[in-house]
Amino acid sequence: MEKHPSAAAYGYGPESSGAAPNRKPSRGGGGGAAAGGTGSRQPSVETLDSPTGSHVEWCKQLIAATISSQISGSVPPPVGLRALRDGNKQAQMEEAPRVPGETIKTIAKDVMYICPFTGAVSGTLTVTDYKLYFKSLERDPPFVLDVNLGVISRLETISLQIGENNRGIEIVCKDMRNPRFAYKEEQSKLEIFETLTKYAFPLSNDLPLFAFLYKETFPEDGWKVYDPVAEYKRQGLPNESWTISKINSSYEVCDTYPALLVVPTSIKDEELRKVASFRAKHRIPVLSWIHPESQATIVRCSQPLVGPTDRRCKEDERYLQTILDANAQSHKLTIFDARQNSVADTNKAKDGGYESESFYPNVELNFLDIPNIHVMRESLRKLKEVVYPSIDEARWLSAVDSTHWLEYIRLLLAGAVRVADKLESGKTSVVVHCSDGWDRTAQLTSLAMLMLDSYYRTLRGFQVLLEKEWISFGHRFAARVGHGDENHANSERSPLFVQFVDCVWQMMRQFPSAFEFNELFLITILDHLYSCLFGTFLYNSEQERVNKEVHGKTVSLWSYMNSQVEDFTNPFYVNYENHVIYPVASLRHLELWVSYYVRWNPRMRPQMPVHQHLKELLVLRTELQKKVEELQRDVASSRSISSSSEHGPSPSHTSTPLYTTV
Amino acid sequence: MLSGGGGGSGGGGGGAGGGGGAGGGSGGGRSPKPSFVSYVTPEEINLTEKEISRKEKQPDLLQGEVIFCSASPIRKCTQDDFSQRGIFGSLFCTNFRISFISDETQLEEEEGQVFKNKLYGENDIPLTCVDNIYRGFDEKKKLITSGSVRNKYPSKIIIHCKDLRVFQFSLAFAKEEDAKKIFQGIVHHCLEPKSLKCIFAFSYSEKMTFSSENQTKLKTVMFDSMVDWAQEMKRTKGNCKLVSANADFNISTKYIWCWSHHSGCALFKTASLPLMQEDGCSQSYRTYMERYCTCVKTEELPETLPTIQDIQQSYNKFKQFFLVDNTTEFWMSDVKWFSSLENSGWLDIIRQCLTKAVEVVECLENENTNVLIMEEEGSDLCCVISSLVQVMLDPHFRTLEGFQSLVQKEWVAGGHHFLDRCNYLHKDKESPVFLLFLECVWQLLQQYAPAFQFSETYLTVLSDSVDVSVFSTFLFNSPHHRATTIQPVSLLAQKGPLNLPTVWDWSVQFNSAAQDFFTNPLYVEKSRQDKVPRKTFRPKHQRHQSLPSTAFKSSPKKSFFKDETDSLKKMLRVKRISRWLNPTDLTQSTTREFYEAWQRKPLDYHGLLLPCVDGPALRVWAQRYLRWLPEVQIFGGGAMTLEKKLVDLLAEVRELRGKLDWHCSVDFSHRGAAALAGSSVRLSSAFPFFVSRTWSFKPAIPSCLQKNLITGTFADKEDEDSECLGVI
Repeated sequence: MEKHPSAAAYGYGPESSGAAPNRKPSRGGGGGAAAGGTGSRQPSVETLDSPTGSHVEWCKQLIAATISSQISGSVPPPVGLRALRDGNKQAQMEEAPRVPGETIKTIAKDVMYICPFTGAVSGTLTVTDYKLYFKSLERDPPFVLDVNLGVISRLETISLQIGENNRGIEIVCKDMRNPRFAYKEEQSKLEIFETLTKYAFPLSNDLPLFAFLYKETFPEDGWKVYDPVAEYKRQGLPNESWTISKINSSYEVCDTYPALLVVPTSIKDEELRKVASFRAKHRIPVLSWIHPESQATIVRCSQPLVGPTDRRCKEDERYLQTILDANAQSHKLTIFDARQNSVADTNKAKDGGYESESFYPNVELNFLDIPNIHVMRESLRKLKEVVYPSIDEARWLSAVDSTHWLEYIRLLLAGAVRVADKLESGKTSVVVHCSDGWDRTAQLTSLAMLMLDSYYRTLRGFQVLLEKEWISFGHRFAARVGHGDENHANSERSPLFVQFVDCVWQMMRQFPSAFEFNELFLITILDHLYSCLFGTFLYNSEQERVNKEVHGKTVSLWSYMNSQVEDFTNPFYVNYENHVIYPVASLRHLELWVSYYVRWNPRMRPQMPVHQHLKELLVLRTELQKKVEELQRDVASSRSISSSSEHGPSPSHTSTPLYTTV
Repeated sequence: MLSGGGGGSGGGGGGAGGGGGAGGGSGGGRSPKPSFVSYVTPEEINLTEKEISRKEKQPDLLQGEVIFCSASPIRKCTQDDFSQRGIFGSLFCTNFRISFISDETQLEEEEGQVFKNKLYGENDIPLTCVDNIYRGFDEKKKLITSGSVRNKYPSKIIIHCKDLRVFQFSLAFAKEEDAKKIFQGIVHHCLEPKSLKCIFAFSYSEKMTFSSENQTKLKTVMFDSMVDWAQEMKRTKGNCKLVSANADFNISTKYIWCWSHHSGCALFKTASLPLMQEDGCSQSYRTYMERYCTCVKTEELPETLPTIQDIQQSYNKFKQFFLVDNTTEFWMSDVKWFSSLENSGWLDIIRQCLTKAVEVVECLENENTNVLIMEEEGSDLCCVISSLVQVMLDPHFRTLEGFQSLVQKEWVAGGHHFLDRCNYLHKDKESPVFLLFLECVWQLLQQYAPAFQFSETYLTVLSDSVDVSVFSTFLFNSPHHRATTIQPVSLLAQKGPLNLPTVWDWSVQFNSAAQDFFTNPLYVEKSRQDKVPRKTFRPKHQRHQSLPSTAFKSSPKKSFFKDETDSLKKMLRVKRISRWLNPTDLTQSTTREFYEAWQRKPLDYHGLLLPCVDGPALRVWAQRYLRWLPEVQIFGGGAMTLEKKLVDLLAEVRELRGKLDWHCSVDFSHRGAAALAGSSVRLSSAFPFFVSRTWSFKPAIPSCLQKNLITGTFADKEDEDSECLGVI
């Protein structure tokens, strides 16, 4: 990870951090986090020493770029000073900071990093079992590149000749960059490539994922964020029509579903099993979300196994009828098949298919025309070519257009808007499925829920949404991301989750004050989707996670993130409680997420000083409020009149809902 | 239906009405909520409707406004109404505008209409704001040109406005005679060439007296007197000599001082390289230049920037994406959005201008060289570049008053041909050069919002005002033109000179609540302790600057001048050749470095600002271009929700401070919170311009999702359209 040069100087070395009490025991490693950051004016030195904290710092810096003079104008590089004092301790100073549990595997000196933006630079390359760390003191302040190994998609040797350096490595990353190194052909350095390969792909080399070695502790326990029973209770479940079933408690009915499922009360277990045999991968229709007023529901499942012979399943038909009956407001049930009609037909020929409106009375079937995972993978691959390393500014728009990435984002958002609108305005229950019901289905249901339910737009709520719709319902993270696996060409890989987070970002842009979390929150989630530092996104299903004891042996990403909530909080947040937000699914309003996809390009560092200004204001307000309260207390005690709520809540919180949904 | 068009019926005198669109604060006494749950029988409703429609038959005329013709009933087809049923009413054509007055009572008006223009309402189109008129038939449309109107009239006319509104009026219900009249009237007044004196501003100002109080109250420096220039020079510590020799406007080629850098170097602009002329005045100018600028870098703008025609063509393509007639058309064009956007080249032109301005800034800032920018007339791109340079370098021009003074200095006094470029007289010299400048400023604004005192709403309103034909600011081709136009009239009429309002007198258009939207709540004012005295650089060319100014007042011998002029010309030529030798890549790469070096430094909102011009950084000015499109309105969202949060917070902080009884030293910019009162959920991305009638929370769902399917049909469709457009 390249960073603003002055950043490196700061966070490095115990002196800069030791002075401050380490309030947050966050010795966590950030995904590709480099140490330090020019920091913000708040005295957050305690976060600077920790790579996790510094990840935030670094991202902040990335986002806030060159914010203001008070910040980076006054960075005294302690390393530089020490360099003067200690003279020749270069090696020591180029040493990599480590997270607890991390061990250094190899160190190579005089390696050259070929930076596509600022030119080649020589320094020391350290490979640990978690990251690759390059530091050069050639530049002032020192240059640091920090890439976690989880992000590596493939490693390639390249032949080149730069001075004495005749060996080269290209590191193809999943996060839109390909750093390159060059070094002399020496015995000691041949190790680099091998060590990198070994630890970048631990599963292919019979090694554990780093998440199992990571030894950090956080004040918050992220594994407690999601409790399915509590979440269903929040939605008002169980009720007379829906019950929480334990039929899958040992993952026997469906091995990719969670243990707890919400199904219609009137359906017997025996029928459920029959329905399961009629649905691909046994992924039966289960409730994801229920509208608090109309009782219309979002139900997710996989495709029915209709096949070319138009098989029927009485139980499945009755099951959908029961779902329809559970909602008194509508006498229709809408099925959204995420696929293109033609693709669904192809699937039908291959024993899959879709619900025929003639066998399922009162059902309305819609295709959302969203292409499959392979198309999305290809699209992101093209996008990478467009944004890295350099941007052709004259043809930028058509280049972005040719990747179709935003067009697919638009399709997804439009589909989710249709789902949400069906529930909200049509008061109609919807069933969403694609082929297996774990990719596009998860995208659509979670996006629709984000529009409908303001809880999911809070920091905690969003975590619950991910834990529920994506993680527990078996989005195949291991297969789609390829954690620790060297088979980069595996066709199972696809950036579906990235695409979803992009959609969330697009919604955030259109509704800048409707989300409690900020852009950094989303970027951090995506960084740790790959990093393998936390257990959150590992494995394909709840069952696998239980078997691997993920909760006991790894740390949850939410433990880290919820321990420093203020970094991820959107200062513009206004309580949009009870309001449905419909993003506009028009390309005129969609934009490429530059601060994620193009963040390695130093020229494209977006400036977000607006937040800075607002944060200052918020601080000022809190101070003033405190003072006012003090004064009022004084007055109250002297006159013994309570005047506690005189200044009242902020106007933004008194907004009366126009209409309610939750 | 309703007999007797405009004349007879009450003349809008009825106190209840006050006119649909135009009248301010109509219906104050009505219940705040539109409710059609009614206690009256349908017949009664009909009655009242008729009554009201009779009463409100006429628009509220402005001073000096005359109705030319009218017709009713006319159906206005509405876009934001999903049922497409439209509204019935009357259509008027006056010497100022085309006005549609609805028969229905405008109950919805009052709420959210803080931002109301006093001159024209939402159903009014100033004649100069009309861009194109089409005749609509079936699902197609055909462009109407001034010559093509005979005795026929179409059943439907579609009017595209310069502020990007689209109106569709169905004439099919009106009496044939009326329909024909109004159609021909509209076409005549909107498309035929006319003389300057027919512009509404003149009849308007004859009747209105714009008290010079208003004018003097304005803090905007008008640059119409020597004093203004002298003050500005003093402010920038410039070292130029003011020459009043041009008071009688007889100098055609001139160097004009624009701005002085604190290092002593300055920016000049000029029409293209002056030929040898023997007349004294230009001589003295030249001499003056020679003395002042031994080292001057010239930038010939036409070499690297698009022509006026290119700009016009590109903008014509670009604006089509926003002039959408119906929802189907919108979603079909949406699929090709990015490639169409690129094909229009509009963003690229903006990029070129910004890049050029950065180059000039680099010369001034890094090399401390004088810069002379040239183009044929010296009043189009010269204005764009010189004013952009100043916005980037000088924080004064990022304040509201400073910006207005800048426009006054560089554009109005600088002789930009507003009259021609705005095409008031339909003379085919149109080009949105001033809009291009506003676009560039908007790009800077969205990149560095806290550096600007004015908001994007201000820029949008300013861009709209250009087409209102009331303001002297945009009415003339040069100060000379202005002077000669205004003076003779007044001499004959034995009155004082015509007192035309300037656009900067915003009270002509908006009340003070609406004007609150002009200030940017993000603006970070310079705090006092920041105001360190400027470092005084030692100017590079001190010797020349310290020459006694009398040296060029007296007229020395010719030969002496000739020599120096020759050497100057030689020097300029050398510079030009060296520019040829340096491929543009090279200048670009140094500019890149300049930008990157600047970017590495901490950002100072009161210092130099450089725009990022990389592909992703340049955006479409969504507020201006998307505000009327119901399909892309984000209900409950948009940038305004951010502003609201900020405004709320500021108000709260102020209130708290008040409570603490601190002597009110509020150092944040104010904004009347009243203007944004209420829940942010009620706002939308088009706020404050477009407030939806219906507030239906139905989302806009793309009517077609699959690209493959669409491209085929769309390609066909497009062909049809272009065929139609081709027919004259």
